[in-house]
Amino acid sequence: MGFRDKTSSLDDVVAELRDGMTIGIGGWGSRRKPMALVRAIARSDVKDLTVVTYGGPDLGLLCAAGKVRRAYYGFVSLDSAPFYDPWFAKARTSGAIESREMDEGMVKCGLQAAAARLPFMPIRAGLGSAAFDFWQGELKTVQSPYPDADGRTQTLVAMPALTLDAAFVHLDVADAHGNAAYTGIDPYFDGLYLAAAQRRYLEVDRIVSTEELMAEAPNERLLLNRMDVDRVVSAPNGAHFTFAGAYRRDESFQRFYAESAGDEQSWAAFRTRFLDVDEATYQEEVIRWHAEQEENK
Amino acid sequence: MARGAGGEQVSTTDITRAEYCVAACADIFTGSGEIMASPMAPTPLIGARLARLTTEPDLLITDGEALILADTPAVGQSGAAEGWMPFRKVFDVIGGGRRHVVMGANQIDRFGNQNLSAFGPLQQPTRQMFGLRGAPGNTLGHPTSYWVARHSTRVFVETVDIVCGVGFDKVDGSNPAFDSLNIHRVVTNLGVFDFDGPGHTMRARSLHPGVTADEVAENTGFPVAGLEAAPVTETPTDEQLRIIRDVLDPKATRNREVKS
Repeated sequence: MGFRDKTSSLDDVVAELRDGMTIGIGGWGSRRKPMALVRAIARSDVKDLTVVTYGGPDLGLLCAAGKVRRAYYGFVSLDSAPFYDPWFAKARTSGAIESREMDEGMVKCGLQAAAARLPFMPIRAGLGSAAFDFWQGELKTVQSPYPDADGRTQTLVAMPALTLDAAFVHLDVADAHGNAAYTGIDPYFDGLYLAAAQRRYLEVDRIVSTEELMAEAPNERLLLNRMDVDRVVSAPNGAHFTFAGAYRRDESFQRFYAESAGDEQSWAAFRTRFLDVDEATYQEEVIRWHAEQEENK
Repeated sequence: MARGAGGEQVSTTDITRAEYCVAACADIFTGSGEIMASPMAPTPLIGARLARLTTEPDLLITDGEALILADTPAVGQSGAAEGWMPFRKVFDVIGGGRRHVVMGANQIDRFGNQNLSAFGPLQQPTRQMFGLRGAPGNTLGHPTSYWVARHSTRVFVETVDIVCGVGFDKVDGSNPAFDSLNIHRVVTNLGVFDFDGPGHTMRARSLHPGVTADEVAENTGFPVAGLEAAPVTETPTDEQLRIIRDVLDPKATRNREVKS
């Protein structure tokens, strides 16, 4: 008796996407983003997505592809110069997307509420800030039934559950059933994204046997188990050009991405070479691009 | 400013503006005790580490990623770690209040409201920056200070476009959830400020040597309390200068943020 084999292709995942879905994307800024899945979504036909994220180039690429209708995020950052993602910035300054901007801690809080199937969770963060203006009436407060010792009563942000139709995360290593470990320094919020979602998609650099996974990963790094995951996609170097456990951020390529957004011609060239292609071709072209940079030095 | 156990003062003419700024950033943490210092730019980072090597040895500092540092290394360097602080735990620390953050700011108003999100209308800004980031939670959760490398009327404005860091005029005194709001200092290339002016408005604590009250007034988009009476920023001690120059910032990265 073996457990279910969840090994899937990027195409299998894309086939399950629907227009108008609310999707959560794991990682943080330009760190361990499920970029292979993001690239697959960007070249699919799906549209009108609502995206929940600690945003980085994931949100940028989806904005570039015109996939985003609404975004829930605590920040959007490339984590290194030029820091501000150019495609997210274009989507914002052109009014192409509706923003539900919030405090970073509110994102975690909303995912926790969804994971626990609660309608909201109270949090201080957001009080007095523009979060309420961004949410256009959708963000409300809640008053504690328990007064403080001095008789005053706390009124807090009632952070609504960030319930997701689908979540996408990248971890370093997994087995075919969805048990998975991170090898880097930070689990980020990937477990929460999956716990908040109906459909749970995991891409990994390596798929190994359960025995190998248990032998290589200390118990505390086993972030996900079978209950958390519906599909496992093998995506070696799939977090590229963001940082993952086994590899650093590809800083020169990220700069090239950001510079390519500068005008139509350079973006068309970037898109043709790196986005309108399948994942294997993308990875080959990245290697070729680096070789060209070396030659041109 | 907290004085270390240094000896005689060196000539004040030898001390750069950036060094006054670093020492003023160190003084942000005076009396902080055993909390996490979270500086978000090089000058306050050097300042926090200076505080830790002088008057505030129990401060916790991180490598900016997820490790708590046992050592107090130079800017840009890492060292031996003493613990783990992934992002999820940072939010626990913010909730608990044992932290003092020094954020940057694209805009600050007279009540301490801060913007690092975007310029212009919320749903269609004219310029996009980071978004709210952790500013709302930081300001409601624990002491917050700001570092502004170029003090100008573009930064110090009458009204910020988007309230990220919460200012004192947003406080609802009947709601204890606002009780932790504490905008402790604003350190700029021109001086040191707090919000102890009338009605919690920005007040000058000191101006760096060579800076005039007129210069601050011309570069601030609202009246600054106590400007005429503000003393000169205290001179860094010999020990502070030695640590800044020889230990924490031998490559003088501080001069890239603040020109002399």
